Amino acid sequence: MGRIQLKSVTKSFGDVQVIPPLDLTIEDGEFTVFVGPSGCGKSTLLRLIAGLEDITSGSIDIDGSDATDVPPAKRGLAMVFQSYALYPHMTVRKNIAFPLRMAKLDQAEIDKRVEGAASVLNLSDYLNRRPGQLSGGQRQRVAIGRAIVREPAAFLFDEPLSNLDAALRVGMRLEISELHERLATTMIYVTHDQVEAMTMADKIVVLQAGVIEQVGTPLELYRTPRNLFVAGFIGSPRMNFIEGPEAAKHGARTIGIRPEHIGVSETEGEWSGVVSVSEHLGSDTFFHVHETGLAETITVRADGEVGFRHGDRIHLTPRADVIHRFDAQGLRIE
Amino acid sequence: MARAVTTRRKSLNTALAWAVGLLIFFPILWTILTSFKTEAQAIASPPLFLNFDWTLENYAIVQERSDYMRFLWNSVIIAGGSTILGVIIAVPAAWAMAFVPSKRTKDILLWMLSTKMLPAVGVLYPIYLLFIRLGLLDTRGGLVVVLMLINLPIIVWMLYTYFREIPGEILEAARMDGATLKEEILYVLTPMAIPGIASTVLLNFILAWNEAFWTLNLTAVDAAPLTAFIASYSSPEGLFFAKLSAASTMAIAPILILGWFSQKQLVRGLTFGAVK
Repeated sequence: MGRIQLKSVTKSFGDVQVIPPLDLTIEDGEFTVFVGPSGCGKSTLLRLIAGLEDITSGSIDIDGSDATDVPPAKRGLAMVFQSYALYPHMTVRKNIAFPLRMAKLDQAEIDKRVEGAASVLNLSDYLNRRPGQLSGGQRQRVAIGRAIVREPAAFLFDEPLSNLDAALRVGMRLEISELHERLATTMIYVTHDQVEAMTMADKIVVLQAGVIEQVGTPLELYRTPRNLFVAGFIGSPRMNFIEGPEAAKHGARTIGIRPEHIGVSETEGEWSGVVSVSEHLGSDTFFHVHETGLAETITVRADGEVGFRHGDRIHLTPRADVIHRFDAQGLRIE
Repeated sequence: MARAVTTRRKSLNTALAWAVGLLIFFPILWTILTSFKTEAQAIASPPLFLNFDWTLENYAIVQERSDYMRFLWNSVIIAGGSTILGVIIAVPAAWAMAFVPSKRTKDILLWMLSTKMLPAVGVLYPIYLLFIRLGLLDTRGGLVVVLMLINLPIIVWMLYTYFREIPGEILEAARMDGATLKEEILYVLTPMAIPGIASTVLLNFILAWNEAFWTLNLTAVDAAPLTAFIASYSSPEGLFFAKLSAASTMAIAPILILGWFSQKQLVRGLTFGAVK
């Protein structure tokens, strides 16, 4: 069981309040992702839940009991660190066994669990190696192995994939998602990468400057961003924002339209502009369009076969049903 | 061309290093040589370098006059005991300063080090009186405590420097894995810091071994270490250079041998962090 509830939690470092009062509930078994730009307080929030930092005020409940003053070791949570934080002087076997040794389990049980975890994570052949003899992906798996053997109430991941190369990152992302499917344990995952957030999460918590901007499923955030920040942060390439008369036509201060919701044509359309850069990804093509009179650049996502080039004049038509409207405060207008 | 210059420079550097090394080592070499001379040869003018009658007579006399093994044993106990006790106290202290620093940590470290700047003789009188009152005069236990206190600032500083090199996340991981503070220090921090702890132990053992002020002032017979053994040969009745040299050679031999075998560790320890 791993239901985690934060009630009016605040955190200050000296005179600087990095987390203003914050309430959040993470349901048992949920895969929750904290996402936001660097310095938004997402890692601090995770460390508060872990108990590695003391909260300044408020309380944290884990499984219905107050864990605010419980030391990290006793909270029943396991954490995977960005740097993996493996014990360099211990073999893989001893690294994974360490939390079990601390829990004073008997040796037979420790061996059984370590070998179980190693076979799940494809580490069986590496049990007698030291972390220094492993690749980045293998080290990451050892760190995960060390977390799962304890059968914790919840897993905490602090940007676990940011030290891996792109190909490995996609693979590990899938592995972690599969792990969640299999274990059905609460997971809290911190990342600045909105692709990781969108692909892995049951629930995304978007943070900025210690404040929760929006909580919701990936599609909720994509379809109905609550404000300009969330609208701009979720989705890749970024949403286009248009102000001025075009926005006023829709009764808003700002309108937002995602690049994939704009149609492209050689001959006719609502808006027109000149292609500045076209990025061909094979499956898709991104056009960065200037001289539209709407915004400095309008980004358009088109089919991979569409072949406009630098300097071509093209016509754009936004899909009327997916135009997001925001008021003067940057909040969504329904 | 560049290669030729490099080679010449290299040999120049080597020659210079040898010259400095010999200059530093010369007093020790001279002591060792003198210990094999007769008293007359020892004060001969001009001094004799290698062209004298080598004799072991001084060693025999020194051994006959005083019980070398007893002094040696006292030195081992005092230097070893004070170092071990110091490390046991310094590891948690350095842990706290390196991993949970406060605003005052730097000040505390500097203050600790500043105690090394006080002339030892300034506190001789109070410590002497304390020793009398507590019955610690001329006891090995008393010297272990005093030398530990003398070297503690250096031990804490060295360990602090090593611990700072260890990523805090690893200790946090241990905490998340359910380790208590004691287990965290014992199973994670200490094994990772073994090279640093070893250099610290070595250096402090040498410092304590060579310490003369306190060992001479606070001992008489029972707890007298090798420093007292040497001092007993520089007596007001007359100078016996050859015997003094023999005693000195016997006193420094163990630490010289220890230093020789552990020089790699010592150099690594003293330059730790600078060359990483």
